[in-house]
Amino acid sequence: MRHGRWRFLLGALVPALVLHVVFVLSPYAQAFYLSLTDWTGVAGQASFVGVDNYVRLGGDSLFLDAVRNNLVLLAVVPLVTIGIGLFLASMLRHSPARIGQGYRIVYFFPQLLSLVVIAVLWSFVYNPNTGLLNSGLRAIGLDGLARSWLAEPAWALGAVMAVLVWSSVGFYVVLFSAAIEGIPVELFEAAKLDGAGRWATFWKVTLPLVRESVQVAFVYLGIAALDAFAVVQIMTVGPGGPDGATEVIGMSLYRTAFSYGKFGYASAMGVALFFATLTLAVLALRAGRRERLELA
Amino acid sequence: MFCWAVVTALPLLWAVVSSFKSDNEILNEPWSPPSALHFENWARAWNEASIGRYFLNSLIVVGGALILTMLLGSLVAYALARYEFRGNRVIYYVFVAAMFFPVFLALVPLFFVVQQLGLLGTYPGLILVYTAYAVPFTVFFLHSFFRTLPGEIAEAAFLDGCSHGAVFFRVMLPLARPGLFAVGIFNFLGLWNQYLLPLVLNPDPDRYVLAQGLAALSVSQGYRSDWSGLFAGLTIAMLPVLIAYVAFQRHIRAGMTAGAVK
Repeated sequence: MRHGRWRFLLGALVPALVLHVVFVLSPYAQAFYLSLTDWTGVAGQASFVGVDNYVRLGGDSLFLDAVRNNLVLLAVVPLVTIGIGLFLASMLRHSPARIGQGYRIVYFFPQLLSLVVIAVLWSFVYNPNTGLLNSGLRAIGLDGLARSWLAEPAWALGAVMAVLVWSSVGFYVVLFSAAIEGIPVELFEAAKLDGAGRWATFWKVTLPLVRESVQVAFVYLGIAALDAFAVVQIMTVGPGGPDGATEVIGMSLYRTAFSYGKFGYASAMGVALFFATLTLAVLALRAGRRERLELA
Repeated sequence: MFCWAVVTALPLLWAVVSSFKSDNEILNEPWSPPSALHFENWARAWNEASIGRYFLNSLIVVGGALILTMLLGSLVAYALARYEFRGNRVIYYVFVAAMFFPVFLALVPLFFVVQQLGLLGTYPGLILVYTAYAVPFTVFFLHSFFRTLPGEIAEAAFLDGCSHGAVFFRVMLPLARPGLFAVGIFNFLGLWNQYLLPLVLNPDPDRYVLAQGLAALSVSQGYRSDWSGLFAGLTIAMLPVLIAYVAFQRHIRAGMTAGAVK
């Protein structure tokens, strides 16, 4: 049985490890070094500039717009998505199984579509003249509400956030539904006997018991909110929106690297994004640990 | 509940309906049904707007990457789950940690790595990169799956004189079929919907994958205003995912949410 063990293990692990080192690990490692240089893509032309790139980031108004927009996304998208997701999931509990199943199938579908397809679709919906939204508003006599959703700085980011929420709610409805189904029915019955209404049952029974799912949802949605690249790049003019209104860090990085060729500076943006993601994950995990202690 | 179903379904239905309308109808009556079914929109999108070619490119790249990902991912997951050796845990974390890094961080160096290997804008280049980025999730998912499989069957096969490779391919892989199936569907959806990687690594318009082609088209068609053709392209792009979903919807939703909770 020992025979050929090492040969098999080498054969099983080495090809994947080589791919992983070449295409995943080495780029991640190089990014940290590149962020400390002024490299513009010409071999042998990079010089070490220390933290210069990071200092420049602090004074780059477009990048600061991007950071601000990502923070807004981070605050709004997870909260709204989880709110709608929890509401729908707890409503579905009361509806007959077949109908609930049908709703879940419909809700979930956008989750499967590529963000590109979603972005192209919604740029039609938002089209000022022929789009679904404005022509719908005009049809019901609300002409005053119709506007160029993606071209007005005040509305563009909101329009983008609505698309992100639209595309992800379904996944969380299914996730939360599964969590709610895992709660013993007796608990709901007991709450009912104690005279708790739907609202009280939700806050006192459902929410505390699906807390872990909600936490997972926050991490996932937070990471997605730090991205938002495809939707911004395809939907908004510029891209990046009127007056930087929808600029996000990914967009800044992509443009700095592949339009302007400032690869060192772009890498510094990547490192900044990395630390943002890391901070988010650590905060979420810490919050998780504290809550588990409280419950114990 | 009903309101959200309408909000979800309406834009999708609208795109499908619009793909059968004439440009004139789209511009003047966005809400009304088509007066006649303009199937030529689909033909025009498929042939003239190159959606057909992008579709084929996507099939080649995603097909290649999916096979390679499943093969390498299941080998790694199995080796790490069923064999004790020094460094086992380290290798596992080296793979799994990569799932939590933003791809944007790797983007610039990755471009140059691929360029130096002479793989920029080639099918093999995209296939290898897609595979490299899909393997960590596959390992993570299948690792726990292989752990749950009974060891006795493998022992029996060893006693019958099977080699380690034969045990894996003939005994363990067939046993792991449900797990392979679930992770295969996610990988298909994830790879089919890739956008950032091809955008950076695949600059040749002849090799554009579907997402890339559609994005480029929506910008250029916006000026040429072939609205109906673009709606048809959009619908074509939604179809494979819709078909996969209708066929496997139970597996997809169950597996996706299970992956999220673990």
